Amino acid sequence: MRLPKPRGVLSEWLVARLAEPGLTSVAPAPDSWDDESIALWTLHELSFRGFEDADDRAEWDPGLLAVRHDLEEALEDRLRSRWSEAGGGAAPGAADVPGALEALVAEDDGPSLADHVRRHADRDQVLELLRQRSVYHLKESDPSAFVVPRLPVRAKAALMALQFDEYGDGDPNRLHSHLFARGLEAVGLRAEYGAYVDDAVTENLEMNNAGSLLGLHRRLRGAAMGHLAAFEMTSSLPSRKMVQGLDRLGLTGPMSHYYDEHVEADAVHEHLAARDICGTLAEDEPDQAADLLFGAFTCLDAEARFATAMLGAWGVGG
Amino acid sequence: MSAGDFDHPDVVLVPHGPMLLRGAESVQDTDGTVHRVERPVVALCRCEKSSRMPWCDGTHKVIPRGAPRT
Repeated sequence: MRLPKPRGVLSEWLVARLAEPGLTSVAPAPDSWDDESIALWTLHELSFRGFEDADDRAEWDPGLLAVRHDLEEALEDRLRSRWSEAGGGAAPGAADVPGALEALVAEDDGPSLADHVRRHADRDQVLELLRQRSVYHLKESDPSAFVVPRLPVRAKAALMALQFDEYGDGDPNRLHSHLFARGLEAVGLRAEYGAYVDDAVTENLEMNNAGSLLGLHRRLRGAAMGHLAAFEMTSSLPSRKMVQGLDRLGLTGPMSHYYDEHVEADAVHEHLAARDICGTLAEDEPDQAADLLFGAFTCLDAEARFATAMLGAWGVGG
Repeated sequence: MSAGDFDHPDVVLVPHGPMLLRGAESVQDTDGTVHRVERPVVALCRCEKSSRMPWCDGTHKVIPRGAPRT
């Protein structure tokens, strides 16, 4: 992947700095939410697959880490204040964590993109959604993989069981991000990693940045696992709706198969995540209980904001 | 934390949810059809409303919970 297009003064500075490591100028403050979001997305990407036109050593460049720190702090503050505005913050007892996660998911009343795809979306809207989704699905499960060494025994074993399935149970042909790449090709879209980052709406970048932020910080391991649980708990039924919508539009084949795989896989994963990962993590590290719910809320809230933005752009009421 | 053994059952009944089955190679459904298992853990439908029996597809979450069976 090549460096993304800048969206403001900070990302312009960052892209120049990554392309020419010798530059010593001081980073300017971001001039928009979009600028801030693509800058943090780019800095995080250095810890995933990187950029062919950036120096790999930039990942641990102290000057860039300082910029990343400021952007991450601003993002985390924003996410935490959304959670407290929604009434969150109290820590459940460890035994109540799976139930509290279920309640949070059940109360989620955000608009559903899958509902729109199932019944009304036209082909262009679905292709636009798939381009947006590709920003995450082409690195599906990778943020959670960073959390493995940071967990106690039971949560670690359960996360590995889940990740093993995400990564195809050892079969590269069944790796979920690979299934999505094949789906993109089959519907005539580009399948290479990061292909549509320049098209990503700000809400989508922020959703991805939140997932990466939680995955990359050991301090936020509880939030990362809560985020994973909410993601899995809201995947099975919407994936089935995606299959129905794709089939309705004649987009059968590998893309439909990708969502079809998630109906069954995530019907398993949601229980592994809520009970065996989050439940045992809360028992072994009770101080993580509050963050487990914060992470779950963040996943649901970011998806709701993204869905609202997409449906709004299409002139569809949420 | 002690370094003792943990509970790790092969079959887990999820409250108001599916049966999780670990390490199975095949499952026979109510019609007698045998399905090959391709993942380490599978979720088997217990509400009998799944669109892809014998596997859980999450449908139990959208059907009202009846009185507990006695």
